[in-house]
Amino acid sequence: MEDLIRASLDHCIKCTICETVCPVAQVTPLFPGPKYEGPQAERFRLPSGSADASVDYCSGCGLCTQVCPQGVKIAEINSRARAHFKAQKGVSVRDRILARPGLTGRLGTPVAPLANRVMANGTARRLMEKAVGVHHAAPVPVYAGHSFQRWARHHERHASPRLDGRSVVYFHGCSVNWFEPDLGRMVVAVLEHNGVEVKMPRQDCCGLPLQSNGLFDAARRALGRLARDLSAGSAGHAVVASSTSCGVMLKREGREILGLDDDETLRAVGARTFDVCEYLLDLHGQGLLDTGFRPLPLTVIYHAACQQRGHSMGTPALELLRLVPELEVIRSEADCCGMAGTYGLKKEKYDIGMAVGERLFEQVRRVGPDAVACDGETCRWQITKATGRASVHPVELLFRAYGLEL
Amino acid sequence: MESIETEVLVVGGGATGLGVARDAAMRGFATVLVERKDLAEGTTGRYHGLLHSGGRYAVKDPRAARECAAENAILRRVAADSIEDTGGLFVTTPWDDVTFGDRFLAGCADTGVGVEEIDVADALRREPAVNAGIRRAFLVADASMDAWKLVWACARSAEQHGARILTYRRVVEVLRAADTVAGVVVVDSRSDEEMTIHARMTVNATGAWAGQLAALAGCRPVEVVPGKGIMIAMNHRIVNTVVNRCTMPSDGDIIVPIRTVSVVGTTDSPVADPDQLEVTQAEVDHMLDEGEKLVPGFRHARALRVWAGARPLFGARPPGDDDTRDITRAHALIDHAERDGIGGFVTITGGKATTFRLMAEETVDLVCRALDAGGPRPCRTAVEALPDSEPGAYYSVGSRLARREAHLLDDQLVCECELVSRQTLEEAVERRPTANLDDVRRALRLGMGPCQGGFCTYRATGIFHRLERLDQVTANTALLDFLQERWKGVHPILYGDQLRQARLDDWIYQGLMDVEHLPAVAAAAIGSVA
Repeated sequence: MEDLIRASLDHCIKCTICETVCPVAQVTPLFPGPKYEGPQAERFRLPSGSADASVDYCSGCGLCTQVCPQGVKIAEINSRARAHFKAQKGVSVRDRILARPGLTGRLGTPVAPLANRVMANGTARRLMEKAVGVHHAAPVPVYAGHSFQRWARHHERHASPRLDGRSVVYFHGCSVNWFEPDLGRMVVAVLEHNGVEVKMPRQDCCGLPLQSNGLFDAARRALGRLARDLSAGSAGHAVVASSTSCGVMLKREGREILGLDDDETLRAVGARTFDVCEYLLDLHGQGLLDTGFRPLPLTVIYHAACQQRGHSMGTPALELLRLVPELEVIRSEADCCGMAGTYGLKKEKYDIGMAVGERLFEQVRRVGPDAVACDGETCRWQITKATGRASVHPVELLFRAYGLEL
Repeated sequence: MESIETEVLVVGGGATGLGVARDAAMRGFATVLVERKDLAEGTTGRYHGLLHSGGRYAVKDPRAARECAAENAILRRVAADSIEDTGGLFVTTPWDDVTFGDRFLAGCADTGVGVEEIDVADALRREPAVNAGIRRAFLVADASMDAWKLVWACARSAEQHGARILTYRRVVEVLRAADTVAGVVVVDSRSDEEMTIHARMTVNATGAWAGQLAALAGCRPVEVVPGKGIMIAMNHRIVNTVVNRCTMPSDGDIIVPIRTVSVVGTTDSPVADPDQLEVTQAEVDHMLDEGEKLVPGFRHARALRVWAGARPLFGARPPGDDDTRDITRAHALIDHAERDGIGGFVTITGGKATTFRLMAEETVDLVCRALDAGGPRPCRTAVEALPDSEPGAYYSVGSRLARREAHLLDDQLVCECELVSRQTLEEAVERRPTANLDDVRRALRLGMGPCQGGFCTYRATGIFHRLERLDQVTANTALLDFLQERWKGVHPILYGDQLRQARLDDWIYQGLMDVEHLPAVAAAAIGSVA
């Protein structure tokens, strides 16, 4: 049988709804739009790929697939076409680096203070833009200097929290491991506060940055390895992810785009993967979530990132935050912050990314919230860099409202 | 009444006629071609687009197989720009006799058709959508050939060699001077003006209509049976290699990937009138069922359009036989001086698109002899490439996307499905003044994609209106005619995705634009699914 992503192009009736929501097509003529690149151009492509360079301007946000009333897998078609294009053209050194956060994390962590100083230095960043094409003004993460996994191993050995017999496997992702280990600790604390045992097996990258930079073979290997790592010793426990993009990769995106439908382990792990807010809201639905939150007299804007929408789970974070007394939550009016993973970091796409995010930035400037809450890490970095406002994962607000401390 | 003189007059603007006109012009004859409609609007423009390797006929029709194999090799050299080198597979499905493969190999060896049996696993790796239950697979040199590109390239070349190509001229009378055909009278179907064309030799290249022209000329009947074949274009390329059933030729035994679609074909039944080709629901169902055998899931894929063509099959039909498949696919060249005692008139019919060049060569050889051309005038069509084919590069399906990519920022897209830009459309209209969108369609594939004109028809009409300074009524008529033409091929396959599309198109034209009440020349009845 023919592959289902390509076959879905048959459902396109050219209604153009996808083009009206595409955040990239709205700000630049360089991207001719999801309908053009997806179901239209795909009819002109051979399995060996084709030379339509414009598909590289797709940010991969996935909004097109979500709004398509006919069920065309537009973003997935485009993602594959982009990979083919890059495979033909050759993947740049920059994209190979951006595609491997595990490697950069491992290299940067021991020399974190130095690495962070260099990354904060304007001259160094301009040199870096020239040398590898990462825009000098783009937000880059700050190395924590210690990995989350090191803390996790210590924590698993020594913690004896109050547990209700429920266990989950925590898929923390590269970002928590190297850049935001404190967020990981807050996730663990919130889960344990609610009586959930958290298992944290050794794990590496899910392969999403490899996939979005067109390195499909390496992405397949990474995702397959992750599925096995998370499934080893997890005895069918739910897998909980705090990175929305990596979570959706594990849930379905990787299987679909990379054509890994035959990987039984991946299928099984994907089927029991939850976003952390989705999991917590589910607990709440069962009456198992502690709702004894302290008041948080703050105003936050909640931005549902494009990749958060890829979960098709509604906005569990928003519902959770509304349980917190005195916390005023305003919904973001924008569909995308413009970062879309590593897209907005790239020299030739930085301006596009900033233009895409402008609607969100403008709202942040207008409202002037205490913080912006967002489930996606690269979105948070982008928002903070563009607006100067703090941005936090929704779990951090729950953590504070529980009165927990690290 | 206008009157012109020529040496060679060709009647019929399909592949054969254009092949003859080009060959005759290249051999130095003053040449005129007349066609009652547009070029390739008959059988040539309605075939599945296969450049035969000869494999299809290797067992059944050795002469046709031999000719196809030889012409395949020649056309790959001289008409590369019209050919996509897809390669072809013959596969033994669970419904086919496994031992036929042996007869197939023997037949190919006898007729010079290149073939190689390959592992089933290799065949499935190459074409993953093909039925995994196939038991044998053979690789041949099938390819897809764009009939419109081919015919237009022949026309350009013929004109470069001095020929005149006159379209929309219908023959109303064949002029006779005693025992000789002296030319024809044609009527311009757009202006109703008559024209007399005197010719030393008239070539009847009207294919399935050859009997009608021969009768006008007063010859004994020319036994051409129009064999109707239906074809369904699927919305995208489900396979990228031509896939054939390895069995005796039968209905629905082939899927041809051509341009952006894949075409399943075909049927074969005799009809009385090649201008009346009905497509029945039963035929459509039959075709889809057969497609399903080659590619499981075929019925769930989107059918774009269905059409029928009339093969010119020459020779007496076996009595009581309702299948025209037993008539040879080889061609027939009739010298009416020899057969009927009528000079100045030859008929070339039968044959296949694949053998059009050979048919033309043999025809012009006969013309040379009949006109006593004063020494040999050798045929050069086997060595001289057609315009745009000189570099020898095959056409590739991605080329239009690549060209579009270069003009993303400076040229508007008119037909989104087939990537026809405004500039391309305007150039085509400049090259060839016409008030007919269907002429543009055949040259550019405008409106031939998934939405079947839903989004490009009104855009193209607007551009047309401005460029040609068509008045409102003429522009409206062009729009309605085009919609009607598109609708004809869509309504027999309205299910699933194409039904949804038709509904949206219907809302656009009937709901939003109320096209049925536009002032137009004749109120064309537009089909509606409502």
